Parts: sequence; structure tokens; C-alpha cells
Amino acid sequence: MANTDITSKTMDGMGPHGTKVGLLRVLGPAHVWALGVGIVLVGEYMGWNFAVGKGGAYAALIACWFAGILYSCVAMIDSEVTSTVAAAGGQYTQAKHIVGPLMAFNVGLYLVFAYTMLEAANAITLGYLITVAADMTGAVEPVSDRPFIVLAIMFLAWLNYRGVLATLTFNLVITAFAFVAILVLFFASAPWSDGTMMAHADLMSGQAALPYGWLGVLAAMHFGLWFYLGIEGTTQAAEEVRSPARALPFGTLAGIMTLLIAATLTWYVCVGYLPWEYLGDGVDGAVAPLFSAAQLTGSTALVVILGFGTLFATLASANGCINDASRAWFSMGRDHYLPQWFGAVHPTYRTPYRAIIFLVPIALIFALGAPLDQVITFSILSGLLGYTFMPINVILFRRKWPLDTIKRGYEHPFHPIPAILLICLCAVTYFAVFLGYGTQLIAMVSFYIVVSLWFHFWRYRFVKRADQFTMPWPKPRGY
Amino acid sequence: MARYIPPKQGKMGQVIDVIVLLIMSIGALYIPLWLGLAGSSKLPVPADEPTWESLGQNAVMVERWTALGYDPASAHDLITARFDYSFTWGALALMVVVIVGYFALMLRLSEKEYREVIAEKFDGK
Repeated sequence: MANTDITSKTMDGMGPHGTKVGLLRVLGPAHVWALGVGIVLVGEYMGWNFAVGKGGAYAALIACWFAGILYSCVAMIDSEVTSTVAAAGGQYTQAKHIVGPLMAFNVGLYLVFAYTMLEAANAITLGYLITVAADMTGAVEPVSDRPFIVLAIMFLAWLNYRGVLATLTFNLVITAFAFVAILVLFFASAPWSDGTMMAHADLMSGQAALPYGWLGVLAAMHFGLWFYLGIEGTTQAAEEVRSPARALPFGTLAGIMTLLIAATLTWYVCVGYLPWEYLGDGVDGAVAPLFSAAQLTGSTALVVILGFGTLFATLASANGCINDASRAWFSMGRDHYLPQWFGAVHPTYRTPYRAIIFLVPIALIFALGAPLDQVITFSILSGLLGYTFMPINVILFRRKWPLDTIKRGYEHPFHPIPAILLICLCAVTYFAVFLGYGTQLIAMVSFYIVVSLWFHFWRYRFVKRADQFTMPWPKPRGY
Repeated sequence: MARYIPPKQGKMGQVIDVIVLLIMSIGALYIPLWLGLAGSSKLPVPADEPTWESLGQNAVMVERWTALGYDPASAHDLITARFDYSFTWGALALMVVVIVGYFALMLRLSEKEYREVIAEKFDGK
């Protein structure tokens, strides 16, 4: 068995193919948890409620739990592969070593688009929150959200530019606050008490129960992913954690458990306060549903806490998204899949500063020019393509390097059941997206087909062949 | 196996590659929006002078709508708008062909590239 040292200074993972100017290894399991949950927790504060719009309240709950199963499979599979391929780029670097360069190029783009669109969605929500806060504090004229969108993205990009430790420590604090805010709203609502304002039975009666029937349950799976989308981002920090084999599985699996609790509580609180038609329209209705629920309690303290919870959740998520998207872009530049100029590390701050700066205007274009549900759908579609890659990846990983050939930091149980389950749930989600958003689905997959041909027949000529395989593993079986 | 030496890409070539990628990605994301093809036909049902009763709202629902600042007229569009989930089998088949075709194409081309990588990396070892 090859003894894989995933913190080696001479293999991929430390610097540009063994050079000593690499990313700093300063992060622990709590940072990994904060990166994963920090990106995703905003999904409880906005966006998930489109699932209510697509299928009704019960459909959203079923979608929430099925999406939870999907992400549990993602976390298990990802933890095994990442604890062995611990390098910046996460799934991108996995694909490079296990499937091939073109797959890696596509996976890198999935990551960049999923996170950059999520960042744009966060900025839109933050802008909305500022305008509501201005109204509530007696602004005499409508406040434009645009300057706040621009400022938020620029500020977080600057934070990422300056260094990963400060960035993720900042994330740890504000993510914890946002999570506690959900718990505060739940306990303050006292669902066990006769005097509770929550009225599930009345708000979910009659046609409100399943307004689209069982087809609506399938359709709701589309936005059900939003409860958890981005948890796989923990792998992006692989090159910067002190102990990848321990910290990555621990941080990721703790993250998915946190999110399952937060998602269920969020659903329970919001459908108990808000009519499903209002809750399900995240553009003209509940843009920030937990904040809207807090407003209905009549408690100023809860409005302030959930207002800051929403603000912090969007900031933490956008912060993590910039971190992850820039590392995927940086990794592709370093490998010449993209112009090598992007593969530079800042000489002082040791961050992928050119990738960070380059992605700022792209996030701004979408945050300022596209409606929230469309931006979220673009993010979900890129994520979904990435989840479809994961079962293929782990099946090939086990086939090319069986358990007795290389040492893994973590081995996920019941293989290949999680992989098969994951691919089935992905198929259901494609159908869910097709119901209502089929045009975007076809447009986005067509884009990936065109860009794949561009890479294979043009860009790949600039890529050094053997340099794509940098792990100290034996030759894969069958080659 | 002879080691592949890639050509060196000039700065102008790098800039052009980035522009091409940007045009393709922004185009793929924005073209459906520009053509008005994005999103679904979630349209409200027209009604004259709607009431809470005609909108099918019970007492608790009415209380919540009122607390949110809505009356029957302003809530009408939100309450009656529904997605249209009708589809043709042809459209569904197209989606399946595009997705399966994409992954099949990518895995095939990736495998070809991967064999070159492994052959050069391990050089017959």
C-alpha cells in the first residue's frame, strides 16, 4: 500500500507542483465547519422558500429531507476522496487525478459558477435587507440596493485578498451567530405552548397542503438543494488545513448535521408563520423568509436578531464563495487549463489574489442584472452537474485504486450504495429543474458541451501531460 | 514515451482565451434571460374585485396577509399565480439526450486525455 502523505512539501498540495511558495496551512476542523456551513447557512435565510412556491409547504419539507440524503451521500463520498487528494481546487483536483483533464476542467467551471452565482444571490439579498431596514427606520425616499451590493462584494474580496485565516475566522464568528439566531426564533416562538403564534394546521389546510399534488413534490426538489448547496466547498480548503485527513471529514460531516437541523427548524418556523403563497415567492414575497417570520412575531428584538442573522449569513456565504471560487480558478490557472497568469500566489498574503480580483466583476454582473430565482437556478444547476460527477468519480477511484492500494484518511461505508443513491437523486433533481426551468437547464448543459469542445481541441495543447498527475500514488489499475 | 512539450502561450493569446470563455459563460447564462425564455409561466388568474373568500383564505391566513400589509387586491397575484408543469415527452427526451450526451462525450474525451497523462507520468513503469 502506498503511504500517502497528504501534507507533503514535494507533492501537489503545497505549492505550484512542489515549489515552496504555497498556500499557508493554518486551518483547523472548526474553520472547515465554518467554511462549509458558512457558505450554506444562507440557504436557510433565503432561496429555499422557492421550493414552497414550486410544490407547497409539505413538498418543501419532503424536498428538504431528500436533499439532505443527497448531501449526506455527497459529504460521505467527498470526505473519502478529499482526505486522500488534499489539494486546493477540491473536486477539480480529484477529477484531474481520477477521471481526466477535460472532466477536471468542467468540474472547475461547475465550482466557479456555483459559487459565483451564490455570491451574487447573497449580494442581492443583502441589498434587499438594507432597503427594508431603511424603510423600517423611516427613510423618506426609497434607498437603492445597488451601492450596497457593490460594496459588499468589494469588501469581501478585499478580505479574501488579505488572507485566508482572518477571512475564515471572521466566517466562524458570523456563521455561529446566524445559526444561533435560527434557534432563538424557534425557542421564542414556543411551538410547545398553547399561546404560540405559529399556526401550521390553519396555514397548511385545504389546497395549501399539496397545491400541485405529487408532481409538485418532485418539482420542489429543485430548490430543496438550496438548503445545503455549497457544503462540498469544504474541500477547497484542503491545501490550507493543518491535518486534512482529520479536519476535512470531521468538518464536512459536522457541517451536514448542523444543516439538517437548521433546515428542518427553518421550514417549521417559516411555514408556521407565513401563508405558503407569500413564503413561496422569493422575488415579490418573502425574499428573506426567516426575517419575514420574525417581523410577524411583533418582537423588535427578534426582528433585529434575525435581521443581523440574515446579514451575517449572506456575508459569511459570500465570503466563503469568494474563497472557494477563487481557489478553483487559481488551480485551473496553475495547471494551464486557464491562462497561467491566474495561477499566481500573492508574495506577502499567500492568497490567489489574481483569481480573487478577476471574479469580482463577474459576480457584480449577475448581482446587478439578474433576478434572484434565476441566479439561484444557475448556481443550483452548476452544483447539480458537480454532484452527478461525484458518483462517477468515487466508483472510478475505488476501481483504479482499490482500498488495499493507497491509504485513505477516511473510507466511506456501504460503497457503492451512496454513489447509486446519489445518481438517482440527481436524476430526480434534473427532472425537477426541467419542470419550470427547462430552458436554463438546456442552455447551461449546451454551454458545457461547447466549452468542453473548446478545451479539448484548443486549450488542452497548453497543458503539460504528466504534470497533471502529482499525487504519490501507484499507477491506476487498467492503464 | 516522448515527453509532450506544450507551446508557450503569449500574453495576447491568454487575454483572448479569457475573453472567449467570458463571452461563452455570460452568454449561456444571460441569453435565456434576454430572449425571455427563462423561468416558467407562473401567471396569476385574472379576477375582478377579489375577496379573501374568493381567494380561498381562512381566518388565520387573512390575519397573516393583513399583518404583512396586504389586502385582497394586492395579495391576489401572489395567491393565484401557479406554475405550469405541463410538458411534452419530446422536450423531456431532449433534456435526457442533452444531459446523457454531455456526460458521455466528456467521459470519452477525458479518458483519451487521461491515458496520455498516465502513459507519460509512469512511462511504462
